[in-house]
Amino acid sequence: MSSLSEPSVQAPTPGQRYFASVARWGPGEIIFWAALLAVFFIPGANLPLYGQILIWGLFAMSLDLLLGYRGIPSLGHAAFFGIGAYMAGYLGKFGWTEPISGLLLASLAAGLVGWLTGRVIHRVSGIALLMVTLGLNLILYDIVHRQSDFTGGDDGLQGIIIAPVLGLFRFDIYGRTAYLYALASAFALFLVARALVKSPFGLALLGARENPRRMITLGTPIDRDVSTVFAIAAAMAGAAGALLTQTTQFVSPATLSFQRSADVLVILIIGGTGRLYGGFVGAILFLLLREWLAELSPVYWYFWIGLLLIIVVAFFRRGIVPSAETLVQRLRGQ
Amino acid sequence: MTNRAAAQPVLETRDLHMAFGGLVVFENLNFALRRGERHAIIGPNGAGKTTFVSVVTGLLQPTAGEVLFNGAEITRASPQQRVKAGIARTFQINSLFKALNPLASIVIALAEREGRGGVSLRSVAKQPALIDEASALLAKFGLADDALKVTETLPYGKQRLLEVALALALRPQLLLLDEPAAGLSTEQGHQLFRQLAVLTADTTVLFIEHDMNLVFHYADRVSVFAAGALVVQDTPNHVRNHPRVREVYLGV
Repeated sequence: MSSLSEPSVQAPTPGQRYFASVARWGPGEIIFWAALLAVFFIPGANLPLYGQILIWGLFAMSLDLLLGYRGIPSLGHAAFFGIGAYMAGYLGKFGWTEPISGLLLASLAAGLVGWLTGRVIHRVSGIALLMVTLGLNLILYDIVHRQSDFTGGDDGLQGIIIAPVLGLFRFDIYGRTAYLYALASAFALFLVARALVKSPFGLALLGARENPRRMITLGTPIDRDVSTVFAIAAAMAGAAGALLTQTTQFVSPATLSFQRSADVLVILIIGGTGRLYGGFVGAILFLLLREWLAELSPVYWYFWIGLLLIIVVAFFRRGIVPSAETLVQRLRGQ
Repeated sequence: MTNRAAAQPVLETRDLHMAFGGLVVFENLNFALRRGERHAIIGPNGAGKTTFVSVVTGLLQPTAGEVLFNGAEITRASPQQRVKAGIARTFQINSLFKALNPLASIVIALAEREGRGGVSLRSVAKQPALIDEASALLAKFGLADDALKVTETLPYGKQRLLEVALALALRPQLLLLDEPAAGLSTEQGHQLFRQLAVLTADTTVLFIEHDMNLVFHYADRVSVFAAGALVVQDTPNHVRNHPRVREVYLGV
């Protein structure tokens, strides 16, 4: 140990600089969110579509916490989206019309179910995990589908009323309030997710993804870990579902269909896992393409989505965002 | 510390029995580890050395018998509870976080030790104590220049050092090393053990090792396992000249 007296203000060590750079907001991030806000001011912009993009992006980001950071694949993530969507729907139908508290309650409900799911499946991994999550999703879908007296079945839940945001901003027919409400909510939840993954807990998630056995020998309770990340991912998926209900004032069993679970996985993989932004970028591409292709050939658009998925996985193995990052780093390096 | 506490073994096993189905790995194993000693376990392959370490760390449950740590029974405690109590281990085959860098890997261990591994919104960047301790530990192992490289890109010898550094980050009372010098050259092996001797001065160290040169150089006492039994437990010099040991292990 050195006994030399050190200056009171020290230059950051390489380690401190590294973690500071990990936590720092990059220009790409600032531009990304500024652009989402700027879209609102474009005259004649298709705000309902862009609102959908935000909701899908948030939904895919929640799956990223599970899959990208913790390494838990799920084929049933729409179950949590649907729970949030129906919870928000029932609240609005039975008199709890204030949107922000409704969003939080719906998110909490989905998070609780997610926590329970984590408790049940923390010993399962790999293919079995895909089957269990898919199974849970199908069971829930069937229950909602059959209990039509209570859920409205295929017709969906009618008569949902959502009060103006903060008592001031009514949900208008042009989707202006809906877009800003979805943007503010998605951004707030993104901030939470971002802080989580930059914390020691975020590192522990990556560690458990890489090597669960080593995490056990470092003293980490793996079951606590799995149920925690499941609860957080489910709560965020539930918030996305609640946003869909509140901004459309309608909810149907499609919110928790297997198709939705598959779509969100496709969106995340196209965008890239383990980056938080992958889900949003994937959602932008997926929904804009779907909109465009649906006009060209309303029946066969999944053909093109399938083709896109194959191309992305073949040429950008890790998805668009990680590949773009590598490209930027190379350009800077040269 | 009272004399009685000092005399109490750090680790003790009583009539420990381990079988996988019909295959008996060891029987009636009574083993005691003195506080602060560097203790080597040697023995031919299949003698039950690694199984013994896994039973002590809780990755395997013994068929019968007791494991005591500082006099308290831990036979049924989870691996995590044993880590919290002060037992850390390394693996025969590196068990690292390949896609992360060594600095982040050590921060994970430190955060867990400090109880800061749970849900939190506080970035690592705002916890310089964790970062600085991790950097200092890596520097002690000569890994300062490799702290920010992806672990799987490091040469094997450095990954081996990181394997030990991860366990030491927990500041264990008892450190179990399963063939720490496996895959290292003779020179690297000596270097690792010299570093260990300095870094673990306050720690009780139990290590499995095949290289007799390293064992006789660095161990205070040696236990010889053969065919599921503790053949002899003594100082290196006595072990070296023990006729049974020469017969079953050294092949003389």
